[in-house]
Amino acid sequence: MTDMSTTVGALGLANPVMTASGCAAAGRELAPFLDVSALGAVVTKSVMVQPRSGRPTPRMAETPSGMLNSIGLQGPGIEDFCAKDLPWLRENGATAVVSIAGGSVQEYAELADRLAGEPGVAALEVNISCPNVANRGLVFACDPAASRDVVAAVVERTPAGVPVLAKLSPDVTDVVAIARACLEAGAHGLSAINTLLGLVVDTDTLRPQLAGTTGGLSGPAIRAVAVRVVWQLAAAMRAGALPQAPVVGIGGIRTGLDALQFLAAGASAVQVGTVVFNDPGAPARIAAELGEALSARGFRSVADVVGIAHP
Amino acid sequence: MTAVQVRAEVLRNDPSGAYRHLVLRAPGVAATARPGHFVACAVGGTESALLLRRAFSLHRADAAAGTIEVVLAAHGPGTRVLAATRAGESIDVIGPLGRPFVLPTEPVASVLVGGGYGSAPLAWLARALQENGSRVDVVVGAADEGRLFGQDELAEAADSLVVTTDDGSAGTRGVVTTVMPALMEQHGTSIVYACGPMGMLRAVHEVAAAAGAASQLAVEESMACGIGVCMTCVLPVRGDDGTTRMARSCVEGPVFSGDRLRWDAISPSGSAVPADCLGAPVSPAVPAPATPTTGAAT
Repeated sequence: MTDMSTTVGALGLANPVMTASGCAAAGRELAPFLDVSALGAVVTKSVMVQPRSGRPTPRMAETPSGMLNSIGLQGPGIEDFCAKDLPWLRENGATAVVSIAGGSVQEYAELADRLAGEPGVAALEVNISCPNVANRGLVFACDPAASRDVVAAVVERTPAGVPVLAKLSPDVTDVVAIARACLEAGAHGLSAINTLLGLVVDTDTLRPQLAGTTGGLSGPAIRAVAVRVVWQLAAAMRAGALPQAPVVGIGGIRTGLDALQFLAAGASAVQVGTVVFNDPGAPARIAAELGEALSARGFRSVADVVGIAHP
Repeated sequence: MTAVQVRAEVLRNDPSGAYRHLVLRAPGVAATARPGHFVACAVGGTESALLLRRAFSLHRADAAAGTIEVVLAAHGPGTRVLAATRAGESIDVIGPLGRPFVLPTEPVASVLVGGGYGSAPLAWLARALQENGSRVDVVVGAADEGRLFGQDELAEAADSLVVTTDDGSAGTRGVVTTVMPALMEQHGTSIVYACGPMGMLRAVHEVAAAAGAASQLAVEESMACGIGVCMTCVLPVRGDDGTTRMARSCVEGPVFSGDRLRWDAISPSGSAVPADCLGAPVSPAVPAPATPTTGAAT
């Protein structure tokens, strides 16, 4: 039997499999299908300061082995989240990683301030890949300076012992440069990757299928891109081009062997996203499959396999 | 009601006009299902490239037999796979999902309306209404005769049945709302139940409202998960507190009271976010032009 526990900085996890932000709401909807307390962690849907309606519909298009979404960060806002969602996660014994998103550095700071006083926040994941109002429609994660400012503001306000993870976009020229900016700003770990920007044309209307025109591509279709980014980050750390920090691998994980690819490429933990829509019990199933795969290969611990694919 | 995820064995898969009628063994789903509930079916096996679940209104659930039935149209790649399943194969099913039709607490006169295979749950609903002593008149409509579903069973279950087709190939030529007003007036209808495409639901709601009747509408928004996590199936809905929210039709629906839907923002091709919706984007102020425009033609 492999010891399935792992760490992401100061965050200790019972096993390496978490839900991915935006694919598990705040955990409650998955409770009929799995035991949320047995997951590595529940990463909640990105919460913003104010309630947010999200985008018009259609918001979704199916793509080969994946999907395109433009939900637009629909959510209840931080007060409602702290009043309803966080208590539910605490009461149900879940390890809660809270994803936060904002349109300005100030909004991220406000969210970090608000969450600093809340019990049961195991870690923060900073979604810097959402639309950046202050920067003319670009996303923070496409610009090292903007990424640095956001992460620094969050880290400064977050209690010691609560790790801050920066969630990276793959839609950049040099992901290592963005990662460096985040780590230099104090991020304790990196989550990679967020969705890739995509577009589907409806061949009946000959218009974009999504009301929001473009959307985020996710699912097994992007897995190889995600494994590549994790590899790149881990390789840069090994080469001394990037400070050492834990990486959380995300992108199209459907099976325990998919998760194993991410660990071998350098991830200390993984998140399961779009596949939850197909199989709501998937995070628990994948954790079990990963355990079997590690045992079958003779690994005594998760740490023994992290980064093993590197020369 | 607790939704369960099961491998449901296909017991029968029969053609019915333009549709397929599937009978599945799913005791855990059948045990608590009510008319208006739906199920979310995975397409293919664990390697399938079609990840998103397909949602189907339950045609019927039989708790004693442990079976559920759905009707589907093989319109796209996912439904073609499901339509091609054979007896003995199995489908990964989650259900029962959503909020079912609200039944009146005392006997009333009701009209049930179905468009195309939207009529699938109506016979089951008709029997539930008759059990509490309600009168049930049914109107089903479709583009043509082949796209009607379940008239024989409906004729048996309901107090009356009217069929309409766009092309007149069966029943009255026209649409369901052509025949509704006279029927409602004749029987003093106080509630209308409907399932079908959004354009039809809107027209049905308008006819019902004009006659002072309530409406219970089962929507067919496209969904990725069916369980409330993906946030793709939202509609602008006015809540008990008067505030409009983008509500998930999988968990807050699929049955909505017609007077709660924000028809001003809903169209058959999708829904806009009403300006007064909770969390609606604040439109940026239009900056004044830096220099006055002259209006001169150049």
